[in-house]
Amino acid sequence: MITITPLTRIEGHARITIRLDREGNVADARLHVNSLRGFEQFVLGREAEEVIRIVTRICGICPWMHHLAAVQAVEECFGVRPPPAAERLRELCLLLAHVGDKILHFFFLAAPDFLLTDSCRPRSAFALLQKYPELGGEAVATRRLAQEMLERVGGRAIHPVAAVAGGFSRPLAVRELPLLRKQARQLLDFSRRTLEFAGREVFDKLPAGDRCLDRIRTGFLGLVDRRGRAQFYRGRLRLVDAAGMRSEEFAPAEHGRFLAEARQPWSASGFPWASCWSSGFSLEDDNDGIYRVGPLARLNVAETLATPEAAAALDAFRSRFGRPVQETMLGHWARLVELLHVTERIGLLLHRDDICDDAVWTAVRPGPGRGVGCVEAPRGTLIHEYETDEAGRISRADLLVATSHNNAAMNRSVRSAAAGLIRNGRYSEEILGRIQMVVRAYDP
Amino acid sequence: MRVAWEWLHSCGGCEATLLDLGEALPPLLRRLEIVHMSLLHDHRYGSDSAPEIPGADLGLVSGGVAFAGQQRLLETMRRRCDLLVALGTCATHGGIPALMNSRGMVDGLDGIAGSVGIDPDVVEPLERVHALDEIVQVDMVLPGCPPDPEQVGGLLTAILDGREPARPSRSVCDSCPAIRTGERREAGVKRFCSPPEVAEAGEAVGLRCLQEQGFLCLGPVTAGGCGMERGPHCIRVGVPCRGCLGPVGGQGNQMVAMLNILASGGVDFRTVLDRRGLLRFAGAHGRLRPGKGKKR
Repeated sequence: MITITPLTRIEGHARITIRLDREGNVADARLHVNSLRGFEQFVLGREAEEVIRIVTRICGICPWMHHLAAVQAVEECFGVRPPPAAERLRELCLLLAHVGDKILHFFFLAAPDFLLTDSCRPRSAFALLQKYPELGGEAVATRRLAQEMLERVGGRAIHPVAAVAGGFSRPLAVRELPLLRKQARQLLDFSRRTLEFAGREVFDKLPAGDRCLDRIRTGFLGLVDRRGRAQFYRGRLRLVDAAGMRSEEFAPAEHGRFLAEARQPWSASGFPWASCWSSGFSLEDDNDGIYRVGPLARLNVAETLATPEAAAALDAFRSRFGRPVQETMLGHWARLVELLHVTERIGLLLHRDDICDDAVWTAVRPGPGRGVGCVEAPRGTLIHEYETDEAGRISRADLLVATSHNNAAMNRSVRSAAAGLIRNGRYSEEILGRIQMVVRAYDP
Repeated sequence: MRVAWEWLHSCGGCEATLLDLGEALPPLLRRLEIVHMSLLHDHRYGSDSAPEIPGADLGLVSGGVAFAGQQRLLETMRRRCDLLVALGTCATHGGIPALMNSRGMVDGLDGIAGSVGIDPDVVEPLERVHALDEIVQVDMVLPGCPPDPEQVGGLLTAILDGREPARPSRSVCDSCPAIRTGERREAGVKRFCSPPEVAEAGEAVGLRCLQEQGFLCLGPVTAGGCGMERGPHCIRVGVPCRGCLGPVGGQGNQMVAMLNILASGGVDFRTVLDRRGLLRFAGAHGRLRPGKGKKR
């Protein structure tokens, strides 16, 4: 048994075990998520409007996504729609949070695998900053810029509180706009250069073996708008199968008719699967119920992207790799196409006439109900579902996070990569490194 | 200076603050050698039952302790690091995950894993979520959920320079920009379901004290320092404090202190529905227990 613990440069706690057969070939391999704090349990009985600012702590890397999925769900429980300006400000914050996250993920978690030589071990974000001071420094500065913009709009970048049941806690002051627009242009400029740099220095140079570390085929899930374009803040869920032939589209509130969640004792995370397409859950390669979420999934399910430069980048991506793209490692490329898209969209939002409207908060009356919130987190679709009692306290909570949507697929990726790389009992630090790379393309 | 950073029952927010130092990060990193930090650096334990961590001058630990494996890691960190810092409110007081202490870890996790259960070599829950100083001796604390990047940078710089890090002992109210009149109109506590009064839209400066407006605000019983010179993060956007940094001076019980303040102000504290939720950042040290009190 080979154990890789902990799995490094991922946002979360996990380990990998690989079981070899008598000949030293891979019999099985698993990704074990070994962190569980129990939010679904300890939010029970608490005032729903407070839970919006508790569930942020599920993830310190993507707190805005939990904050916003929760506020959508609680508003549905209380039967209120927030004012349009609040919706715009929330979307703006969600997209700004995507920027900081994509920079973190690409440059500091993933890029050490691509830009540092094989002999440079241990690999780390710090080694990258040392070897590429200019590029690394700019990435750090741009992430900081996105976090500062978030503070300007929403008060706090990490563990926000600005989304409140019924709206947003304060309007955006007109006098903030000139600086925010200038900063948005800086973000866009950085995104363009990053995509260009990564295409030239990372993806074009990636050995074929590294592009296809695993060979799995799955379906994909992501949010789209009425015209089938990728959406991040609200939308309909679209599920497509591995061949891109079959698809289902449904409101997030109906997810229970299409998705179910299995559990395995060897992982603290659940295993959602598409119960509409498969008669049972399994991790076998031929199970049609396994799907993926995240950048690659979003680009695969969407017809196009709603901003011009990113739409062109997506066209170029598709003309090279087709649709749907199954190669897990290309998720990094998809992430940078999305970085371009979200920064374009941030600029557009900051130029809307209504972004500084004063009406941002409609008072709510706590009460009984059921609500489902759904946003696209950096790592994929995030669903918060709550029920509230007469006093507007949480009586049931069901959270479907990106890590669990991807759990089955990640396990298959790890098994596939391990089986391809470990033969006759021979493996090295470099090979174990490659197996971890495939998980970093998802980043649980 | 060799630095090891371990994260336990945590969310990653404390670690992210290091990267959020921006331009200040590269010069700081030139003075540090990071030997262990799973989020950003490839160092593995070897095994989970006897984890190995390289020796370091400074150990930073974020997150509380809820599993046997986390306890082993913390004890290893203590052995391998000369100076040990509890970083973030989960490490100093349990933080949000210690809300599970009202339920108990084993019972709570059973509620999630159901009949399938979870193998003990994946997670082996302790009875409850602990702050670090319940398990090992802690040399320094920096609460915050998360601390501001400048606070983390300031702590590291102070240690590098051999200075005692600055530590605010006053409450959130001391740096709060809201306007206080000394007058309270409500006899009960209002839920935060309607906009507070502001003198000028979008300006925290025009905000009337949320406590005086009848909302629950834990500013008076919470350690100050969040937002630093800019003022408390949440109140600056018109949202009441919920106690992120734990009790003033690091000691005391925020729930008891807050209910006392309400009662002495003539406010009916029974209008606070989730009273034990006042300990939502400081439920370690045995403060939140299953069945204690009438409400969870």
